[in-house]
Amino acid sequence: MPIIQVENLIKKYNGTEAVKGVSFEVREGETFGFLGPNGAGKTTTINILCTLLGFDSGLAMVNGFDCKRDPHKVRQAIGLVFQEVTLDNELTAYENLKFHCYMYNMEKRLTEERIGEILEVVGLADRRDDIVKKFSGGMKRRLEIARGLLHRPRVLFLDEPTLGLDPQTRSHVWEFIQKLKKSEGNTVFMTTHYMEEAEVCDRIAIMDRGRIIACDRPDELKKALRGDTIYLKTSDNDRAAVEIEAKFSLKPRKIEGGLALLVESGEKFIPRLFERLETGISSVNLKRPSLEDVFINLTGREMRDEGPSPRQRP
Amino acid sequence: MLSYKAIYVITLREFKRFFRQRGRLIVTAARPLIWLFIVGSGFTRLIDTSEEGVRYIQFILPGIVGMTILFSSIFSTISVVWDREFGFLREMLVSPVSRVTIVFGKLLSGTALSVFQGAALLIVAPFLSLHIGVMDFVVMVFLMFLVALAITALGLFVASFLTSLEGFNVIMNFIVLPMFFLSGALYPVGSLPEYIKVFAYVNPLCYGVDSFKHVLLPGQGALVAEFPMALDIAFIAAFSVVFTFLSALVFERRK
Repeated sequence: MPIIQVENLIKKYNGTEAVKGVSFEVREGETFGFLGPNGAGKTTTINILCTLLGFDSGLAMVNGFDCKRDPHKVRQAIGLVFQEVTLDNELTAYENLKFHCYMYNMEKRLTEERIGEILEVVGLADRRDDIVKKFSGGMKRRLEIARGLLHRPRVLFLDEPTLGLDPQTRSHVWEFIQKLKKSEGNTVFMTTHYMEEAEVCDRIAIMDRGRIIACDRPDELKKALRGDTIYLKTSDNDRAAVEIEAKFSLKPRKIEGGLALLVESGEKFIPRLFERLETGISSVNLKRPSLEDVFINLTGREMRDEGPSPRQRP
Repeated sequence: MLSYKAIYVITLREFKRFFRQRGRLIVTAARPLIWLFIVGSGFTRLIDTSEEGVRYIQFILPGIVGMTILFSSIFSTISVVWDREFGFLREMLVSPVSRVTIVFGKLLSGTALSVFQGAALLIVAPFLSLHIGVMDFVVMVFLMFLVALAITALGLFVASFLTSLEGFNVIMNFIVLPMFFLSGALYPVGSLPEYIKVFAYVNPLCYGVDSFKHVLLPGQGALVAEFPMALDIAFIAAFSVVFTFLSALVFERRK
């Protein structure tokens, strides 16, 4: 039985559909990623699975329980790390964790044991009794992830776990999540709009405008592209497009400020391109298939970082 | 349905936050003392109450205890708005405890903080030549608990509709001041004009202050308690039950 099961899920906000009939399954122990631009419906879907949000129709099951009918049982099985910081700044790291344990009805002895353990894992053992207000962004993130794991959830939800962190901290947090996954072995469900983060998932669902437009292993998704992508900027992109189509019988896609070509072997194609194209080339960029290309190939748009999405209050 | 551990830890958190905010602590301690010793002693000179057997500064002590509870209870519920604003509410909402547990946690923490402050204020009674025995103190704690519960429940109910800290301050000040001035804290309710009395009669603090007068002010006359103690307790208890129920209901609806 899949640990998460979603069928034809629909969620409307004031009449407009934010999630338009999404279906997918997540297997136990898997790292599953939702990839897509802001506003694609990733956070909405996660909030529904975490029982923080109702939905209009369809089915959402976590750990065998219905998110609508048995929200308490679902909550017992999940841990959630939100996009924004949800720690109490006035409390110490230890107090924040203790609060969490007691909310999950854990015994005092077990509470002490787990807190000690998890603070070691996230490297905050020496900051145990410091007020959280004094923590850096990365430390707060680590503490939040630690908190999400305290009650050993079957599924850990990470909603943009590295949002707003600098690149270095981001990769630290990321290494840490992978390390944890190895030691704890739970299912991880994450959303991100960073391509490189999505690469580490076992499976990815690419989401755009409320729909899942592809769902597979990252390498399978890339394989589907069958070749390299060449990004080309020319003095006249429209003319170049016509020319390429006539000369190479290839259909270039127009992207912002240039063209994208899907070719079997990039190294061999570029010299021919320079030889035969009459329109002036201002830049050429060869890329092995990445998830970004998968996204562009599927949607015809670049996945742009439009800054953090508007905060959603419960 | 209720998780006692969760209620305990929610209360513990509010106490920790309270004692860590120095500014809030100082203001909270200073406000009743200012009223009592500056406003109170000023009016004591102006208003001759010797015929009633109670000096004005003594007369307002029950009212100032009531005021302390009023401010503390109402403004403790800012934590609901605060938690929503800063995301901590989601940490609670995603946990397996019921919504009612969260409401009870907030209710109990607001109430306990108020009782604590009211009890601390009673230390000044001997300085006003008011004698409070151990039994009086116990009765006062019980009464203060009821009053604090009623007002915290009212505050919680109102706060669950509010989404911004600014809005909270505006609305709550609008509620707090009439409640205080219509409580019989500074003058007997009996001396108010008839059409204003109506508002005092639906004010839980009015009955609260009256019950405190029963315990704190000896003797009889125009300046002591105006209603029977049984009425005071019945009204406050009923008010608590109704608003606890309402705030739980509202909280359940608004996820």
